[in-house]
Amino acid sequence: MNLLELRGVTKSYGDVHALRDVDLCVEPGEWLSIVGPSGSGKSTMMNIVGCMDSPTAGSVVLDGVDIASMNASGLAHARRNTIGLIFQKFHLVAHLSAVENVMVAQYYHSMPDQAEALAALARVGLGERASHLPSQLSGGEQQRVCIARALINYPKLVLADEPTGNLDEANELLVLDFFRQLHADGTTLIVVTHDPEVAALGDRQIVLNHGRIVRQIDNRANARVPVALTPPGGLS
Amino acid sequence: MAVENSGASRRRMYVRMVLRSLSRRRSRVVIALLAIAIGATTLTGLISIYTDIPRQMGRELRSYGANLVVIPDGKPVIDANVLPALDAAVGDGDGDLVGRAAYRYETVTINSQPVSAAGTDLDDVRAVRPYWQVSGAWPQAGEILVGRDVADQLGLATGESVTLAWSAGKKQGSDSDSTDEFTVSGVLDTGGSEDALVILERAGLEGLTGEVGAIDVVEYSVATSADQMSAIVTRITESTPGVAASPVKRLARSETTVLATLSSLLLLVTVIVLALTMITVATTMMAVVAERRAEIGLRKALGAENRSIIGEFLGEGMALGALGGLAGGIAGLGFAQVVSLNVFSRGIATDWTLVPIAVLASVAVTAVACIVPVRRAAYIEPAIVLRGE
Ligand SMILES: Nc1ncnc2c1ncn2[C@@H]1O[C@H](COP(=O)(O)OP(=O)(O)OP(=O)(O)O)[C@@H](O)[C@H]1O
Ligand SMILES: [Mg+2]
Repeated sequence: MNLLELRGVTKSYGDVHALRDVDLCVEPGEWLSIVGPSGSGKSTMMNIVGCMDSPTAGSVVLDGVDIASMNASGLAHARRNTIGLIFQKFHLVAHLSAVENVMVAQYYHSMPDQAEALAALARVGLGERASHLPSQLSGGEQQRVCIARALINYPKLVLADEPTGNLDEANELLVLDFFRQLHADGTTLIVVTHDPEVAALGDRQIVLNHGRIVRQIDNRANARVPVALTPPGGLS
Repeated sequence: MAVENSGASRRRMYVRMVLRSLSRRRSRVVIALLAIAIGATTLTGLISIYTDIPRQMGRELRSYGANLVVIPDGKPVIDANVLPALDAAVGDGDGDLVGRAAYRYETVTINSQPVSAAGTDLDDVRAVRPYWQVSGAWPQAGEILVGRDVADQLGLATGESVTLAWSAGKKQGSDSDSTDEFTVSGVLDTGGSEDALVILERAGLEGLTGEVGAIDVVEYSVATSADQMSAIVTRITESTPGVAASPVKRLARSETTVLATLSSLLLLVTVIVLALTMITVATTMMAVVAERRAEIGLRKALGAENRSIIGEFLGEGMALGALGGLAGGIAGLGFAQVVSLNVFSRGIATDWTLVPIAVLASVAVTAVACIVPVRRAAYIEPAIVLRGE
């Protein structure tokens, strides 16, 4: 069964059609990259999948439930239990320390556990900076706090909208390493990016343009191409 | 057990988030606290002034003369022995007895000219008629105060010696005159009928006439309402036979009107200023919360329910309201004291019960002022809030 299924999803803002009749399936454990020019609807799609926005038309089935027909409370439930969000602009609470920012996610999910939050920060290499405020952290460090926060409740689906857009190369590599680990652990990952190298890390890429999926590239299939080229007879 | 633990640790996190927001967003918190404290100061200050000043002014207005007069009824005079009973009937609970004076009037002659003389207790008179202007001194035993008209007519001046003569014969047809020497201690200027009187201690007049313990008029000055005044009149009539009490109507009524006008004016000012302050507190709180729309959107994105976000901001707002209300409430009592001393030249009764009232009012205003913008932000899709900054 698919973890995520979009059927005929359309999102309009008045005359602006951010998404038009999009169909998409994501399997559990898959790493999907979304690429496309600016304004093509990538963030709109992430917001809908992340239960932060509702489609104008179509159905979105996440982990077996249709979120298009959910009320506000049901969407909040899905956000805290199923989704982990990583933002381009980090969105940390400015007056809370790194560890407190992670604990906020625990607080809304179930119960805050400072020891666990500290361990999560240690895993992203910020064990020593746990009591620092976001203003005292670099962009890359803030993004790692954001990642620790997104992963603290073991979400089934991690959504990252341009996670490396504001980072230097060293921090970008760090973040991508976390993604590889997550992927290896079996977490489903959807990453929006402008960077073809980042996109190529996914199992599959979709290309959006003017709110439509105009192309799908299966990186696994590409990887298997040499295998497929091997004459069937050669193996028997 | 596990549920209990999770509840406790969630409560701890809630308190932690509220405290962090208050302690790490200091400039905002100071602005909000200031607005709330000023609001609470205005609240307790104005209410103190509103409740206390008319009461005090009532007492002050009372100093413009008597508002209750007791005269004999069915007898020629009032026996001085009934005065304590009268005082008790007047001062019994309802009224605030400012002063009482009893008068005995006789016609005496000075240099063969007939003059009305009033025998009374001059300390009592000062309480009932504090507006009397005396040039010279108030009389002691063996001295008299002469009204301006008498002084002019008879050519009397302070320090002069005069002989008061009283003739019982005027009434009874005999000619047994009695006389006493008095010194003029001062001249009385009231602009009213008292200027035609000679005033002395009642004992002095009684020494002249030989008639002891008789009173013609008792005047009371009572700070009271019109309703209570009629209760006092009834009580006097019931308790003391042989006297008739009547309020001095014109004065009592205009006084009530003046007080009512003053009260409603103060009430109007109080209500308007309080409304303005509450609007200021509310807009400040709204601005402070509206700044945090992105944070509200983020918390929603992390899966917070609307009511839990509203609860967090409400907790912060109410903590601010309680703090600001406490500080401002106490400051307001001081403020009322200062205003009262400077504007009305009098101290004011400090009513500490206004402080908890100020705290509750501040908490209520800030709570309402928080809920409006928080609800507005919380009911928007988090995506829109997050992209909008
Ligand atoms: N709240 C909104 N109101 C009106 N139009 C909107 C709104 N949100 C998005 N849009 C429009 O929808 C279209 C898709 O926007 P979206 O943010 O999804 O693009 P994007 O692919 O993420 O672009 P970028 O790469 O620049 O982030 C754009 O034309 C945008 O202007
Ligand atoms: Mg975008």
